[in-house]
Amino acid sequence: MWDLILLYTSNVSLILGSFLSLSLGLGLIRFPDFYSRMHAAGVADTLCAGLIVFGLSLQSGFNLVTLKLYLILLFIWFTSPTSSFTLANTAYRAGHGVDKTSEEESSSKS
Amino acid sequence: MMMRDLFAIVMLFGIYSLLSAAIFVTLDAVDVAFTEAAVGAGISTILVLSTLALTSSEEKPPQHKFFLPLLVVLITGTALVFGTLDMPDFADPNAPVHQHVAPRYIHDSFQETGLPNIVTSVLASYRGYDTMGEVVVIFTAGIAVSLLLTSVRHKRNEPGNLKDLGHHPIILYVSQLMIPLILLFALYVQFHGDFGPGGGFQAGVIFAAGFILYAMIIGIDKIRETFSSACLRWLAVTGVVLYISVGIVTLLLGGEFLNYNVIAEDPVEGQHWGIFLVELGVGITVTATMLGLFLTFSEVKRSQ
Repeated sequence: MWDLILLYTSNVSLILGSFLSLSLGLGLIRFPDFYSRMHAAGVADTLCAGLIVFGLSLQSGFNLVTLKLYLILLFIWFTSPTSSFTLANTAYRAGHGVDKTSEEESSSKS
Repeated sequence: MMMRDLFAIVMLFGIYSLLSAAIFVTLDAVDVAFTEAAVGAGISTILVLSTLALTSSEEKPPQHKFFLPLLVVLITGTALVFGTLDMPDFADPNAPVHQHVAPRYIHDSFQETGLPNIVTSVLASYRGYDTMGEVVVIFTAGIAVSLLLTSVRHKRNEPGNLKDLGHHPIILYVSQLMIPLILLFALYVQFHGDFGPGGGFQAGVIFAAGFILYAMIIGIDKIRETFSSACLRWLAVTGVVLYISVGIVTLLLGGEFLNYNVIAEDPVEGQHWGIFLVELGVGITVTATMLGLFLTFSEVKRSQ
């Protein structure tokens, strides 16, 4: 019974993580300008990595592999937001403003 | 196919390397995947990007017709594909590559070298000549690049773009937290390569990446003070000399070149010491060369 619960929880979180990862990729392609693309990649990335690592750790049981998985997760949680921030900050300071055409489009739509 | 934006091409190349690393992992070639991820996706992307910072990120439109090159490529490609027809089938157990020396490595390498990681024992012991060649190639490449760029080196880059990143506290603190961990991980990869995936090449690249991160975020001048170009050159030479001198010591002790069995009383212990020293030499040379390349690139002024 307990095994079954573990299996289903792990599967659900893996599927959710994969779905987030997929929507991240979609957002990266489909969003109109640089910053909203960054937002799609940066925001979904942390949760997606967390869900996938959580799902994998439920499958591996409680051992050294789990510890390593969570260390990887910690590393990702530190570096991924920082790199997104660095990218966005650098682009902002380099004067890469929001694209004019997309601004007009969004204002005309709303 | 007609892409002229070199920046995008570099990024695509990095992604390609990362994907092939994933393929290697699924093929259970963890060491190769590690090398591909560290060298192909990691450090070479950094080096090519710093080259782009010196030149231009747009490819010039070609001056020549493309029919003749296309013809040459087609003919060569056809010849190559024709050549593959004679090769054994994929994963054929009777293929020569699986029958020649591989069974010996798989069955005897643990008794002969005492290392659980067959890749390390093949790379550093059985195929020590090849690895020595690779180290010398890296060393030569580093020397060649710094020779080519020395003529323009006197025009120092204004300390501007590189230093800017460290002004922001988030980037500064996170990289200060990460750099010691990266260096520690590089040491782990270096000295744990006998037992798990890793070795001198990966460790050297990761070590250099840690210093390059420091140079980009916190300040390149500190790195320049610590590792002057003469110091890096000496380090690169030290690695190669360490490797070759292990071979010469084995010669003097009465064995063949790079036959580590003679180093200690017990052949397995001799193998252990030999592989340790050789991997250390590889690590030192790779670190010094990669860091030297990055520093050389960042010293040259951007050409107009």
